[in-house]
Amino acid sequence: MKLFQPRRNAIKMPASTVVFNVAGYLLLSFFAIICLLPFVFLISASFTSEKAIALSGFSLIPKEFSTDAYRLLFRNPTDILRAYGVSGMITLSGSVVGLFIISMTAYVLSRPYLRYRYQITFYFYFTTLFSGGLLSVYILFVRYLGLKNNYLALILPLLVNVFYLLIMRSFITAIPESIFESAKIDGAGELTIFLRLVLPLSTSALATIGLFLILDYWNDWYHAMLYMSDYKKFPLQYMLYNLLSASEAIARLSRTASISVVEVPSRAVRMAMTVVATGPILLVYPFVQRYFVKGVTLGAVKG
Amino acid sequence: MNNFLMEMKKNRMLYIMLLPAVLLVLLLNYLPMAGIILAFKNFRYNLGIWGSEWAGLRNFRFFFLSGTGWMVTRNTILYNLINLLTTQLLAIIIAIVLNDIRGRLFKKLSQSAIFLPYFISWIIVGVFAYNIFNYESGLLNGALKALGAKPVNVYAEPSLWWLIIPSFNAWKWVGYTSVIYIAAITGIDPECYESADIDGANIFQKTFYITLPSIRTTIIIMLLLSIGRILRGDFQMFYQLVGNNGQLFSATDVIDTFVFRSLVTGGDLSMSSAATFYQSVLCFLIIVLVNGVVRRVDPDSALF
Repeated sequence: MKLFQPRRNAIKMPASTVVFNVAGYLLLSFFAIICLLPFVFLISASFTSEKAIALSGFSLIPKEFSTDAYRLLFRNPTDILRAYGVSGMITLSGSVVGLFIISMTAYVLSRPYLRYRYQITFYFYFTTLFSGGLLSVYILFVRYLGLKNNYLALILPLLVNVFYLLIMRSFITAIPESIFESAKIDGAGELTIFLRLVLPLSTSALATIGLFLILDYWNDWYHAMLYMSDYKKFPLQYMLYNLLSASEAIARLSRTASISVVEVPSRAVRMAMTVVATGPILLVYPFVQRYFVKGVTLGAVKG
Repeated sequence: MNNFLMEMKKNRMLYIMLLPAVLLVLLLNYLPMAGIILAFKNFRYNLGIWGSEWAGLRNFRFFFLSGTGWMVTRNTILYNLINLLTTQLLAIIIAIVLNDIRGRLFKKLSQSAIFLPYFISWIIVGVFAYNIFNYESGLLNGALKALGAKPVNVYAEPSLWWLIIPSFNAWKWVGYTSVIYIAAITGIDPECYESADIDGANIFQKTFYITLPSIRTTIIIMLLLSIGRILRGDFQMFYQLVGNNGQLFSATDVIDTFVFRSLVTGGDLSMSSAATFYQSVLCFLIIVLVNGVVRRVDPDSALF
């Protein structure tokens, strides 16, 4: 019996493997579809005529194809373009500065001859265990630092992420120490080693952490909600949130009070706006996915 | 002291390079920690943190006697437990299936789909939820009407949210979490599987007797991390899914949304400062306690 088993395996999958694969395909397909479906509905709705949505609700494929929503949206594009600009500016400056500070700090903390490295690492780590909470940060920012309506209020909170710092440190620790030693013999100082050796040697780690920082900044609406009241300084996500909730409020009001609708952005326009805000992420997603996997994996190894 | 000065001199440049991060964390994380004394003060914005009067334990009394304290605590803990179970379980199953299934292309495509939700903001997820659940044109009521059933007003039905919130939480986080488990599974020595093959073990036996025991440490760490956060609610999720919809608060208000609301809509700041204190301190104690236990049992899994 045992003698024949491997041979049979080589020709044909055992029943249990077939069962596993069939069940696996079903489960993964189901979950993948659930993950994708909302995006499909969103894009489809943004290309559907308002009449078709009002008549029969959302559908998988546009019932009546129309680009009216986008045309309406871009008839007066200044708000959207400005919000794009704000988001782009914050994302760019925040992630570049954040990446620089994080990698520089990570390099220092990876130096075995730095005497207080454990204490300093714990100084950073402790902030993940205990926090003063939203209220005191808010009071600090608004009352003591005067950051209301200041872009710094959107950049500072996400700048030094301790989790990314630890991932970066474990990456730099993996670079062979001999490279740094020989540079030192050639007379290079620590800053030079960091700028000329560490940065070029860690491009893939930088890309990984950079991706996470970019996502953090691009998707942030929370800090804008707390600190921004000037409409002209809203980043894209918060602008979207405001337009959506304002138009929903108007729509609800006009329904309950049965007044005629006063120029409420149509449902299709709201969907088009959501697509416009998500667009950049969906476009770059295929190219950055592997960095995402890498970042999470590196973080997981560290625990 | 002499040692300290010598170290500063020797590694002067390194300490200078540390300064930006050290100062930022001091300003953004350590300075606000002092603010938790607000819980014992009768905070008046114009008087500032130090100028406000002491209130003793009054804030805590209000927070719990009003019933709000217990309600938001109960909601926070229950949602965290449900989310923990659903997300981790699904992520483990998906990681195992993704690792062992045949067909590279299918694997790649389904992986891409499952990771996607992590990349979008909760605002967009809120739009999705609204597309599904809104009363007039939502997908759910469209389907119910097509089946001849009565439409449901989900936004006026608190009990349904015990199902909705964990579903969206899993939708957003299962992809991310499964990557962590995939990493753990990839780290298992292939020889284990080879010798199991020789013994004639089938794929289910390999899953239960090799894969699951091997990723035990990862599972435990993930559970610990979640337990350490059991009093913290994912503010962005709750706020975008539920918003300021008072009808749902009995089933959806968590500590974080309660505190936030008191700040932006001019609610009771004293009560939420008590909530913040209670959340921060209890969370810290839980983490230290859990970590202490882990350190005893399995030092390698300890967080610090």
